Amino acid sequence: MTTVGGSEELQSDQHVDLMLNMGPQHPSTHGVFRMLLRVDGEVVLDAEPHIGYLHRGSEKLSEGEQYNQVITLFDRLDYISNFNNEWVYCRAVERLMGLEIPERAEYIRVILGELNRIASHLLFLGTFGLDAGAMTPVMFSFRGRERIQALFEAVSGARMMHNYFHIGGLKEDVPDNFPQLMTKLLSEIWVDVEECDKLLSFNEVFVARTKGVGAIDLETAIDYGWTGPCLRACGLEYDVRRAEPYSLYDRFDFDVPVGKDGDCWDRYFVRVLEMYQSLVIIEQALKDMPPGPVMALGRRLIRPPKGDVYVRAENPRGEIGVYLVSDGTDKPYRVKVRPPSFCSLSALRHLVKGAYIADAVVILGSLDIVLGEVDR
Amino acid sequence: MLGSLKGMFLTLTSAFRRPVTDQYPNKPRQLEDRFMGFPALTWDHNVGEPFCTSCMVCIRQCPTQCMSATMIDNPLQKEGKSHRRKIVDTFEINLNRCILCGICVEVCNFDAIVMSHEHEMSVYQRNDDRVDLIELLEMGKRYQEDTGWIPPSQRKKAEKEETAVEKASA
Ligand code: SF4
Ligand code: SF4
Repeated sequence: MTTVGGSEELQSDQHVDLMLNMGPQHPSTHGVFRMLLRVDGEVVLDAEPHIGYLHRGSEKLSEGEQYNQVITLFDRLDYISNFNNEWVYCRAVERLMGLEIPERAEYIRVILGELNRIASHLLFLGTFGLDAGAMTPVMFSFRGRERIQALFEAVSGARMMHNYFHIGGLKEDVPDNFPQLMTKLLSEIWVDVEECDKLLSFNEVFVARTKGVGAIDLETAIDYGWTGPCLRACGLEYDVRRAEPYSLYDRFDFDVPVGKDGDCWDRYFVRVLEMYQSLVIIEQALKDMPPGPVMALGRRLIRPPKGDVYVRAENPRGEIGVYLVSDGTDKPYRVKVRPPSFCSLSALRHLVKGAYIADAVVILGSLDIVLGEVDR
Repeated sequence: MLGSLKGMFLTLTSAFRRPVTDQYPNKPRQLEDRFMGFPALTWDHNVGEPFCTSCMVCIRQCPTQCMSATMIDNPLQKEGKSHRRKIVDTFEINLNRCILCGICVEVCNFDAIVMSHEHEMSVYQRNDDRVDLIELLEMGKRYQEDTGWIPPSQRKKAEKEETAVEKASA
């Protein structure tokens, strides 16, 4: 039991159980993730996750880049919710510099961040359906996601790697036709989310595949460091936007949906409900958005004072934390990221033990991991 | 049973909707104004030379270090046609390394570089994606023509004057 990584333990076992290698190029792994399963027939006896295939050394690379260049690296951490990642990093540097950013910039950040949450959850909805064997929802959810990405392109110039949030505000103001674009988009997205919800949530086959599968109790979930929708599915109403309101989240009126059983279906449904709440937040933010400048900094060279900060935020996948140490130069001394996906993934072994192989795929899908963030 | 029936009804109704998919190579995508394609260098039509003075700011700021450039004394300045003392001689961007972040455009003080709308740049050899000054200027000229590009500094100046006029009249 004391072997490193557990692989020798698995191989030297007396049983004639089958070792099944799932991944790294497996469509259900959402990236490059390898899982070594020990199976007895259809039942998974043990699982050993292997991560690191997407390791790009983002944390180390950040130490060699200037503060504004690090944003491009954060774009590529959780590459499905780029805005949220840029946001938390920018907030870390701003906190270090004691910088207040213009109100309009905050509103735009909230709107784009919440839109990105919807886009991320839509992608989850589609691929989770695929994992459970439903081929149609992905068509509907990608249609909605594509609309959001088109708006991102109109605003920031890029569909995914935006580099649009800058330290001290935004790169530039939103285009003049932004309100019209948003009104059109919102009405479309409401329909899209509703359709996706109708299509999948209470489908009998889907419910049979997910209800009661991969359940985890609250205590264990907390022990594994779960956050975000995965934790809320276990019944705890914990959301950083509520627990420690950052940006403008104390001004908006929204609910934090929670599940109760902590199984795959709850994890799925919490995310669906969250999409509606994000839409509610966006509608409020659009109404109150004031005119004004969007950038607080005039100069380009960013040199925060010596010191360190820890900033956290609610990403679509859970709580992301950034620990930033500055030594007073124009490059960060250390950037540490606490990725939510990594913590969710660490419970995988616990979850898939005793499940069927087909359910292992569903369980992995329900955690909604992004390997770019796990491996960094 | 109700849930799956509802879903089936939904898919049935969507069968009569207009398709949302564009058949890409046959129907090119409608690009947004702010679309960031590969970086390109702009051409000063008033003088007949590039805007770029090869000041190396963008080259030092690029997070992937994918550009390089050299400068020479500007021959047109000796003739009194241009106010630029130095001018770009060679310029190369390795588009394979470029991550389209737009930092180079932000830091350039001479309006010399833009994120063009070029994005279909597949080539047969990896080295073919290293584009030199001539090609970059070509891309830039295309962009300038397509979008009616005005140098940002001139635009800002015009805006300032406008507000000044407005203030004076008010
Ligand atoms: S593009 Fe601009 S920043 Fe880059 S070398 Fe030329 S003038 Fe300098
Ligand atoms: S867009 Fe970014 S990566 Fe590309 S040349 Fe400019 S600074 Fe470098």
